[in-house]
Formats: sequence, C-alpha cells, structure tokens
Amino acid sequence: MATHVSEYLRLDKMPHIWCPGCGTGIILGAVVRAIAKLGYKRDDVVVVTGIGCSSRTNAIIDFNTFQTTHGRALSFATGFKMARPEMKVIVITGDGDGSGIGGNHLIHTARRNIDITTILVNNGIYGMTGGQYSPLTPRGCIASTAATGTMEPCFDMCELVKAAGATYVARGTAYHATMLEQLIAKALEHHGFSFVEGIAQCPIGFGRRNNQKTPVDMLNWQKDHAITIAAAAKASPEELAGKFLIGEFVNKEAPEFSDVYWEASRKAQQKVKEAR
Amino acid sequence: MGKYTIKVQPKWCKSCGVCVAFCPKQVLVLDDAGKASVQNLEACIGCRLCEIRCSDFAIEVGGENGE
Repeated sequence: MATHVSEYLRLDKMPHIWCPGCGTGIILGAVVRAIAKLGYKRDDVVVVTGIGCSSRTNAIIDFNTFQTTHGRALSFATGFKMARPEMKVIVITGDGDGSGIGGNHLIHTARRNIDITTILVNNGIYGMTGGQYSPLTPRGCIASTAATGTMEPCFDMCELVKAAGATYVARGTAYHATMLEQLIAKALEHHGFSFVEGIAQCPIGFGRRNNQKTPVDMLNWQKDHAITIAAAAKASPEELAGKFLIGEFVNKEAPEFSDVYWEASRKAQQKVKEAR
Repeated sequence: MGKYTIKVQPKWCKSCGVCVAFCPKQVLVLDDAGKASVQNLEACIGCRLCEIRCSDFAIEVGGENGE
C-alpha cells in the first residue's frame, strides 16, 4: 500500500463515505501526497474542518483532527495556532462552509496572515445538505433551491482572499491533480496564510442537475475550462471566454500573526521584569 | 510481464469509471461487478493518472522505481 495511504489515512474508515467519483477524494489525495513528499510527521500536523462533504475528511485522515461548527474551522484553527505555533495547521473546507457560512472568518484570517494552510474544495454546491446553491454556484446553474437556475453571481475566492491579504493564493482542479499537489506543497511550506482553491466535481448534487451526468463529464469540463495563468497571458479574449485561471496568484512575504503576537508578548514580559 | 504493477482494492472502488476513462493506454476496464480491473497491463506506461484521480484511493501503481 502506498505510504501516503497507509501512513495518513484511517484504513478502518475505508471505503469512505463520499459518493462515487466525488472530487473531494481526489483533492484529499493531493493533500496527503503533498504531505508525504514534505515528510511531515503525523503528530506535527493538525487538520481542522467545519461541516460539509469536504469536512468529512477528518473522519478518514489520520492526523490530530478536530471537526468544528459550520464555517468556523478557521476560528478554531486560529486559536490552536496561537497556542501551538510550532504545529502545522491545515483547514479543509468547502465552498458552502468556507465562502458562505464562514466567509467572514476567511477574510479576517487572510487579513491577519496567520500561518494556516486552507484548502477550499469548491464543488459549487452544498452537497451534504441536499444540493442547495452556494456563493460559488455559477449563475444560471440548477440547484435544489434554484429550480430555474441561480440568479446571483458567484465569488472569485482567490481574488477575495488576495484582496483580504493572504500571502499565498493558488487554484487547481481535481482533473489537474498533479499540479494541485504541487500547489498544496508550496502552500504548506509557506509561512503565513496560504489558500488553495481546488475545483472539484459533485456528480450527485451538482452534475446530475446540470447536464454533466457522470464524474468523467465533470472532469472533462474542468479540463476544457481551466487555463493556466501563463497560457492565459498569451490568449486572446475569445480564447479566454468562459475559462477560469489555475496556478499561483500570490506568493509574497509579510509579518505572520502568531510571530508578531509572541514577539509582543515577549517584549511585554521583559518590560514587567525590568519594572520589578 | 509489464514494467508496472497495478493493484486495485475492489472493496474501496465505487465504480465511478474515472480511471478507465482517463487511462491513455486503455489498461483498465470495469469488470462484471462494476469494479476497476486491469485488462492490459503490458500497455501500462506508469503515468499513474488512474491512481491520482481515483477518488477512493483504490488504485496503486507500482513499478520501475520500486515504489
């Protein structure tokens, strides 16, 4: 059995609960492969999730894990990172959990630039709760709460967290799983808030309602609609129509929140000592 | 024998067909039970696309590098 499977997954929880052809499993594969390549020890990693299909990762991933309230994974992760800054903290969230219910937490965690790696599995739907549309469901798509198509535009999460101050921002897809693994590895090694959006297929909650009948159709859609940042720079507006960008959007250095906090704490303690 | 080995865990496979569809050499098929199954190991080029796109962690490609 491959090391990333035998070392980092709870084998007694397999087969996992995700539907046949679910993109979350492919993205989790990219996460554990990236961790295996970086050689992190299980005890040095904590994975925090909220609620939703992607958050069920915690049932099968074998690190220190805790599953929290809907949308609040980043808040719990922030508390954990502040108390244990030496730990590698990873949040795995979905589009409903991370951009809808927990959108406010996401922008503020990005703004603080705390050293947490967030993987947002974007399948464009609230899958686990029954296929309601999320803030990342593309306009016009059918959902259980949008029988004639959603009427709202959706967020570009990478642009949002970039504007909020994240110091590493990237997007990949389940189809481009090898590239996604590389982006996740860079995010994990980044010191500061890192964010990777993984476009995933939800064949049951999204695909069936939107003329993408199989997981293969949905992966082909990702292949046909994703364009790398480098290729997009050379493409004409016609070639870019309907496409979305994949690759690394931001990779920069800035003061990290727990570093700043513990430095301030150290200085305050020094002042108290001197005063005595 | 081919250069590579492909192990499938039928109990973990959920028959989505992604591995079969994206194998560039048509190495895999779905068997009568709907599970991924190796049909043409000789043709395998070790690209591991089946393994990395398997949502169920049900496929493992081994081979030349002793992986």
